Amino acid sequence: MAELRFTKDHEWIRLEGDVATIGITDHAQNALGDVVFVDLPEAGREVTAGEACAVVESVKAASDVYAPVAGRVRESNAALTDNPALVNSSPTGEGWFFKLEGVDTSAVAALMDENAYNAFLESAA
Amino acid sequence: MAETPAESLLETPLASLHRELGARMVPFAGYAMPVQYPAGIMQEHLHCRAAAALFDVSHMGQAELVGEGAAKALEALTPADVQGLKPNRQRYGLLMTITGGVFDDFMVANLGDRLFLVVNASRKAEDFALIEAALPAGVSLRLLPDRALIALQGPQAVAAIATLAPGIASLPFMGIAPFEIAGVNAIVSRSGYTGEDGVEVSVPAESAERFARALLALPGVQPAGLGARDSLRLEAGLCLYGNDIDETTSPVEAGLVWTIGKRRRTEWNFAGADRVRDELDNGAKRLRVGIRPEGRQPARAHTPVHAPGGAQVGEITSGGFGPSANGPVAMGYVARDLAADGTPLELMVRGKPLAARVAPLPFIPHRYAR
Repeated sequence: MAELRFTKDHEWIRLEGDVATIGITDHAQNALGDVVFVDLPEAGREVTAGEACAVVESVKAASDVYAPVAGRVRESNAALTDNPALVNSSPTGEGWFFKLEGVDTSAVAALMDENAYNAFLESAA
Repeated sequence: MAETPAESLLETPLASLHRELGARMVPFAGYAMPVQYPAGIMQEHLHCRAAAALFDVSHMGQAELVGEGAAKALEALTPADVQGLKPNRQRYGLLMTITGGVFDDFMVANLGDRLFLVVNASRKAEDFALIEAALPAGVSLRLLPDRALIALQGPQAVAAIATLAPGIASLPFMGIAPFEIAGVNAIVSRSGYTGEDGVEVSVPAESAERFARALLALPGVQPAGLGARDSLRLEAGLCLYGNDIDETTSPVEAGLVWTIGKRRRTEWNFAGADRVRDELDNGAKRLRVGIRPEGRQPARAHTPVHAPGGAQVGEITSGGFGPSANGPVAMGYVARDLAADGTPLELMVRGKPLAARVAPLPFIPHRYAR
């Protein structure tokens, strides 16, 4: 499985071919608390880097999820509709949000790797 | 996640205990307060409904009103029946603006030789100034900044604290009396803001941590933060000042006419009485109602409320996910002709219509001691 890249908005992205899977990080799910609803983008939607395209609702608040890179939504994770708590229990696995196709692989490579993201969390703490 | 610099925030006497318990502290009404502990809001909420939860509400304002005519003086500001409040009884009431809005909601208790007041943290400076200005000679307001306030709420709360002071078990709902608990002089009222049975306990600040630790050591007691307190009171249909009631909303609009004493409705001698009387006679233009969104998506405060496919008819004032309701719940104001239970509404969440219906309050039945 390809390595994860990270954004300062606490999304992760995993590239396989030119299809990228996107979700929120363990740090983000922990900060949000119990996730009760996820609003996901429709397949076929074109998104730009940094565009708000999903919403994650915890008991206490709603937060936007941004596209780390540009692309076209290939599919969203239907399992989250029935079981949004997957975002808490498996943030980088079963709790993924959506997949983008047609992404620029160099844009993904330009994002933080795990060490850089951990250093970013340390510096923000 | 911008945060107010910690050094500018006040702390309650339990701040170090909260940190020791692993609380996430957030700014609230000028205080650093625990929004949740490691268990999380969902679990803390459900534990309160199932057993007993300890809440630090020491940020709230406590004061005493003493002197001949104290109750009468307070009645100039509130439509509650304060003069008729029997010793060792507490009552929920509203402080009013002169134009009939709600200045704050508060608790008033008759402790025999004095009235005991508890007001919202976000309003305490304004409330105390308002009350002070209304007092005749011989009546004085004594602030109690050196007292902490701790709520123990849930079906096992009274049984738990009664192991330390058995007399608490015989307090009726809204009864209040002094007790010595674990060596601490406490004022205990059988009240709360979760919809559950329980107590609110005022203790000297210097004893607060020792007292809280004694409660946390009791079987079934877990700490709960402001997050659970908010979802519990929302499910119980209870108003949050600044969200569901404020200086623009009247007691009639807010569905709080029950806080107006029967005698007060013949006298009409409280601040804002003209508006209240007019709305009781002619109906309010809008009413606070429960709102249940269909599906799983929560609708938060300030969400516009529309008639289905039509014009805006109101706004959500509190909304979120109800852990015990196991779904989204909300409260808000709608035009009076759309306030009947079951009326279909549309909530505009991030620009998209979300189907909802007016629902009876509370969402979760109250389980007060009766």
